[in-house]
Amino acid sequence: MGDGIYVRRLKAWFGSALVIKGVDLTVAPNAVTAIIGPSGCGKSTFVRCLNRMHETVPTARVEGEVFLNEEDLYAPGMDPVEVRRRIGMVFQKPNPFPTMSIFDNVAAGLRLAGVRRRAVLQEEVERALTHAALWDEVKDDLDKSGVSLSGGQQQRLCIARALAVDPQILLMDEPCSALDPIATAKIEELIHALKKELTIAIVTHNMQQAARVSEWTGFFLLGELVEFGVTKEMFTTPHDQRTEDYITGRFG
Amino acid sequence: MTPTARRRIDQAVSSLAALSAMVVIAPLLMIFGFLIYQGASAVNVDFFIHLPKPVGETGGGVANAIVGSLIMIGLAACVALPVGILGGVYLAESREPRLPWVVRFLADVLNGVPSIVFGIFAYTVVVLPMRRFSAFAGGLALAFIMVPIILRTTEEMVRLVPNALREAGFGIGLPQWKVTLHVVLPTARAGIITGVIVAIARVAGETAPLLFTALGNRFWHQGFDQPIAALPLQIYAYAIAPYDDWHRQAWAGALVLITLVFVTSLAARLATRGRTVAR
Repeated sequence: MGDGIYVRRLKAWFGSALVIKGVDLTVAPNAVTAIIGPSGCGKSTFVRCLNRMHETVPTARVEGEVFLNEEDLYAPGMDPVEVRRRIGMVFQKPNPFPTMSIFDNVAAGLRLAGVRRRAVLQEEVERALTHAALWDEVKDDLDKSGVSLSGGQQQRLCIARALAVDPQILLMDEPCSALDPIATAKIEELIHALKKELTIAIVTHNMQQAARVSEWTGFFLLGELVEFGVTKEMFTTPHDQRTEDYITGRFG
Repeated sequence: MTPTARRRIDQAVSSLAALSAMVVIAPLLMIFGFLIYQGASAVNVDFFIHLPKPVGETGGGVANAIVGSLIMIGLAACVALPVGILGGVYLAESREPRLPWVVRFLADVLNGVPSIVFGIFAYTVVVLPMRRFSAFAGGLALAFIMVPIILRTTEEMVRLVPNALREAGFGIGLPQWKVTLHVVLPTARAGIITGVIVAIARVAGETAPLLFTALGNRFWHQGFDQPIAALPLQIYAYAIAPYDDWHRQAWAGALVLITLVFVTSLAARLATRGRTVAR
């Protein structure tokens, strides 16, 4: 049984601006949930609330409840650092650590969590890189700088880095928007393979991508969740007029 | 305006700008040339490895002054590096609204304070209570000059580290301090080192703050609580003395000093060339 995220009445602010206006949503276990919507609708902010990344921005604030299975991630005693270790994140632009080698990038999370034994690190790094479908391309160059890779490889390196600490959930914030179609296809294949083992939420403004990779889709507009449902139905028979307008390309 | 007239004006203004640029480096070239002309003859191996000779005897060197300068720069760095780098990281990473602004402003004021004032300050708080001039007092005066330089460069360099890297660190479950220590600082390292070297080059030639703190000494280093020689002080002492041989040595000392500063600056440039963090 996989892990799910259950969001109740979530509100998020930047300063005094309310950007998420009370959202209820479920990220179902062992499936891919896509978050779509036009730029500025709050979809990135929404997923950044799920691993308590939102609050790292000055003046940012969150209200409401986010549960990982039965656990309230915003409970008073909950450590945001621990939350982020259990809910991994991949960002829009590939952001490998420029001062570290490929190996060190993947090992960073483990090493800084106290894993010291070389053999363990090697095993985990290979496992994570294999999972991220990058091992074959880099296994002979593990000492090279992470930024020497191509954009698509860098993004898979970042996925490997996130997978190395064995998260229960993987959040992906427009992971392909800086990549070409071939690299995008690789990442999408990877998403298909990964959902067998963990739960994925992916933000995208590419509707074809949402249709290709996800089981569930949520459509955000102006900080509200307009519609949420099974991806197939959402793209064929949307219930809300605004969803239909968006997916048929009438705005956004 | 006709095209010909426009081209003429363009040429005139471009030439003027190029000329101004050359005027900027002219003093350096002239100083260098003059120092070599006046001092090169006195620069020899003895100059680097011997103590000054007593008055009346020719020859001797400034080895003690070179060592003294290094000791005081080392003492100053021991104070200024941790304070400057930690403070700079704080200024760049803090979310506190007011304190960083105040510190930044005051650091800039501190940067503009004439160096002799730091000498007077160190004299008052160290030399007077200890009742003696000392390497320690000199080092402290130099540290005051280094701190704001290192502080502000560190801050600028840490600010240049893309926020995406911090988020990458947070994203794999690193606490703030580990993100700063293992992600932010290594990324900003080249720039911070440049700042440190610039600060060292700056204080290496400072004379005023050492006049009534380190005082100078014609012998080898005798402990941190004793007066100590320094290259700029030795130059000053030799330059105002009435002996031709000392004048030559003053020129030679100045040549050595400016060469050291030149080489350090060049090393800083080469060491950090092409390694910017911007992305």
